[in-house]
Amino acid sequence: MVWLLLVGVPLYVLLLTTLRTQSDYANAGPLSFPSHLTLQNYLDAFSGGFGQDFVNTLVVTASVVALVLLLVPPLAYAIVRSRSRATGTVFRTFLLGLAVPAQAVIVPMFYVISKAGLYDNLLGVILPTAAFSLPICTLVLTGAMRDITPELYEAMAVDGASPWRVFWQLVLPLSRSGLSTVVVFSALQAWNGFLFPLVLTQSDSTKVITLGLYNFQTEHGVDAPGLLSAVVLSMLPVLVVYLFARRALIQGLMGVGGK
Amino acid sequence: MTSISAAPAPAPAPPAPAAAAGRRRARGGAGVTRPGLAWAAPATAFFALFAIVPLVLVAVLSFTTWNGIGSPQPAGLANWTALWHDPVMIKSLWLSALLTTLGVVVQTPISLLLGVWAAGHQRNRAILSAIYFVPLLLSATAVSVLWRALLDPNFGIPAQASWLFGDGNLLGSQAGSIGVLAFVGAWQWTPLHTLIYQGGARAVPQVLYQAAAIDGAGRVRQFFHITLPQLRNTIITSMVLMVVGGLTTFDTVLILTQGGPGTDTTISAYYMYQQGFKSFDFGGASAVALVLVVVATVISLAVVRLSGYDRMRSTVEGL
Repeated sequence: MVWLLLVGVPLYVLLLTTLRTQSDYANAGPLSFPSHLTLQNYLDAFSGGFGQDFVNTLVVTASVVALVLLLVPPLAYAIVRSRSRATGTVFRTFLLGLAVPAQAVIVPMFYVISKAGLYDNLLGVILPTAAFSLPICTLVLTGAMRDITPELYEAMAVDGASPWRVFWQLVLPLSRSGLSTVVVFSALQAWNGFLFPLVLTQSDSTKVITLGLYNFQTEHGVDAPGLLSAVVLSMLPVLVVYLFARRALIQGLMGVGGK
Repeated sequence: MTSISAAPAPAPAPPAPAAAAGRRRARGGAGVTRPGLAWAAPATAFFALFAIVPLVLVAVLSFTTWNGIGSPQPAGLANWTALWHDPVMIKSLWLSALLTTLGVVVQTPISLLLGVWAAGHQRNRAILSAIYFVPLLLSATAVSVLWRALLDPNFGIPAQASWLFGDGNLLGSQAGSIGVLAFVGAWQWTPLHTLIYQGGARAVPQVLYQAAAIDGAGRVRQFFHITLPQLRNTIITSMVLMVVGGLTTFDTVLILTQGGPGTDTTISAYYMYQQGFKSFDFGGASAVALVLVVVATVISLAVVRLSGYDRMRSTVEGL
């Protein structure tokens, strides 16, 4: 298939380029096979401050996932099980939120975050990033919780279980696959986020990986092997997560249009 | 499942255990406890604070002048009249529409066909779709950086394949830049839509195909008469994602073209960023942002109606 070539060849070139020296790349071009292979580019990327970016991104990602895990399950539980009309309105609001692009609110976000004294602070990146992953996570998790059959709730009701106990002993264990999708989704979004960090941080100590890539590109755009090594490094953790949570991710993505 | 629930139910109801009865909210449904609104409150409050409030603020800010430092000053309709007469703004809307349309036109057929193909059970499918999946894991930033390096006129692929690319400066012309942006967008996003279509195609009942096969319908006819109609909702969902994604393409433009050459790829989302964070005209930027919000919301509302997402509630809620 032509399309597979269009996807595969650039990835192959990407990998190959990171393993060659810059002069070799400049002289022989990206498509030729390198004269000898080296890992120096990766080492350079790390000594160039990429390690700090890595840690910052990790902090942002972990916090976003934690926030999402704290907020979304009770919300989804209420949406699926509450009879109150208000939860219907809440659900529709979140669905609308799916279509509100981060760009649309970036100016007021800058205003709010500056006024709150969180400018150039990782927390100022974490909060909006988490907020903007809520809609999709809610959609995924309500989908999972709807698959729990009414009979199970009835059985617990007969035992006189409180909503709290139903939530812990029935809803959470049975929506495990939905939960893992939510974790993968929010982690991916936080890890790859660019706009919020670009606008809401400025110093090196709060720089995340995507910004690091962007800066690298503006400063040493010609050093393709170095630049592309950074690209590969930025993807490695995601790749690891993907290998472990492949099923959850794919299931979640396919569920978007499958209903 | 009825056997499970039937077993404990007929037991003679105990004389209302005090603790359980107190917490129980017996609005129909045989005393099944239900979570109250309080369960939804934390997430809703958080979402309101960081998504809804800024959304309202963007409207307010569009009637002010603000340079990013100090406080916004009321400016009446100034930003809006300026926007109305701004040739770059009008051009940016056209460019957004063009890029979005290109995205839908290029990605839909490819992802539809690939998705339907991948829904089957061929050999090698797992390996092929794994390779195919990788662009989804890369951030838009990484993808843009990668392609910028690969398409560099002096050191990239064009320099080695001049028979295909001419002088190789793809980003030097408007047609070239828009082509590159459309291509890179498709490269990154087609896998996502393929997955969505794959999910949709898997959900099509096999009985329909068996019936069609008995009636002597070939593969092509099956595709047009069963697969396509059955995927109606999937197609709508996917297209909406493409439209919203296309309208808000930003990282790619910032890294690949910086809106250039000139303003030839300055789409609205990028123009908004430029006005705000480069020219420090945050009032004007808010006006552009509000236009974006309105367009995206109108499209999303249309989708929620068309795809039946808002009806999902009634179909599944059984109690």
